[in-house]
Amino acid sequence: MRLLGDFDVAEEIVQDTLLMALERWRQGGIPERPGAWLATAARRRAIDRLRRDARFRRKLALLKAEPATGADEPDDRLRLIFTCCHPSLSPRAQVVLTLRAVCGFTTAEIAGAFLLSEAAVSQQVHRARCKIVQAGVPYRVPAPDEMAERLDRVLTVLYLMFNEGYLSSGPAEPTRRDLAEDAAWLAALVVRLLPVEPEALGLLALMRLHLARAAARFDAGGELVLLADQDRSRWDREAIADAILLVERAGAMRRPGPYQLQAAIAACHAEAPSWGATDWPQIMVLYDMLLRFNRSPVVRLNRAVALRWVGGPEAALAEVEALARELDGYHIFHATRAELLLGLGRREQARAAELRALGLTVNRAERSLLERRLAGRFSPDAGG
Amino acid sequence: MKYVLLFCGTADDVRRYEQMSDAERGAQLARVGAWFADGRIRGGQRLAPGSTATTVRFGADGDPLVTDGPFIEGNEDIGGWAIIEVADLDEALHMAKAWPARGVVEVRPVQED
Repeated sequence: MRLLGDFDVAEEIVQDTLLMALERWRQGGIPERPGAWLATAARRRAIDRLRRDARFRRKLALLKAEPATGADEPDDRLRLIFTCCHPSLSPRAQVVLTLRAVCGFTTAEIAGAFLLSEAAVSQQVHRARCKIVQAGVPYRVPAPDEMAERLDRVLTVLYLMFNEGYLSSGPAEPTRRDLAEDAAWLAALVVRLLPVEPEALGLLALMRLHLARAAARFDAGGELVLLADQDRSRWDREAIADAILLVERAGAMRRPGPYQLQAAIAACHAEAPSWGATDWPQIMVLYDMLLRFNRSPVVRLNRAVALRWVGGPEAALAEVEALARELDGYHIFHATRAELLLGLGRREQARAAELRALGLTVNRAERSLLERRLAGRFSPDAGG
Repeated sequence: MKYVLLFCGTADDVRRYEQMSDAERGAQLARVGAWFADGRIRGGQRLAPGSTATTVRFGADGDPLVTDGPFIEGNEDIGGWAIIEVADLDEALHMAKAWPARGVVEVRPVQED
């Protein structure tokens, strides 16, 4: 039974193009034949139209409510995702190839998303295709004994894609919702095809929890609003409740992991009626668990933010200062330091940290936020 | 597909091997021997240390220049190779991951025309 007409059509086109392309690459006929590539490009345009169609978006929403289907699900897309995210390709090539081959992005769109030239993206795609063919990268879902490691790669690619979409590191577009939504769409696909992988569920929940609150991230003037200051009535409560069900479903599988924990942290924020009423002790527990999987300085920085509301700004600042060497080039590190220093009344140091943060920030919306904060807090009449 | 596996080691790997007791070294060699007993292996050999290598390098003028030492500069040295015949890269990587000695294994397809 055809449940979702347009979705099926789009899916078939995607598979068709991709399978053909991959088959062709595998047989060595790398895309030098213009006729075949015109046909592919035409299909890709068709996909673009379908995917940007509002009706299609609504059907995607329907799809979110669909229970996981079983054995009759074709796994071509899954094979394709695993092939694009093969560890023999560089991480950047994995992202680029997934966007191109699975999401149907054009070279120009990918170039725009990552601030690369179209020529550089084309070359990267070309090189990755050649590698797949010549090195004999298999076109299949990995064997069970390799699944954990390989799925982790796929989730990493989706996570990178989502982050780039959610808050671009580039100067032009502050957010690229399309990229973020496409990443969530792919994560949903992976969950549907691999329903008993709790980390995939965790990542999907994490993305949906962020997207559910996306509307409140920018005010009427298009300025970025931090979580603490967001109008929580603009959050999509229904989407949050659905995402929390995903977190719980993943938790019931009793195989915790970093994406599930990040989703659980996001769920704590999403459920809190206000910044002040946030369950910080619970968030601290979750960060401590997350540190067992990921000791990255960025996780420790985030934990320090939570620590401020449990142990006070002094304890939090001590934790933050310990990360100075590793995170000196990261604008959020200096912005966090500024917050904590201000909380301790050390205004001059706070201002210096804020300026340092501004100097390191490229994203336009983030720059604007820091500039407003600097003007508001440290102007002569701002008081103490 | 055919792949060549190049087994490389760093100076640390070599030192670790040299510092093994006879029993440890025997066990290590037995593991390597067992690895080579795989039916998918079409050939392979252990190489004498890099210190025994001599390199012939052709300059821009086409003249050969003979120098002491391996052509790879730096810390890593090729310690041996194997040629395997498997279905695809995943199978080749699976074998490479099972390599019992430590170090680095480069997996490279053989160019077939």
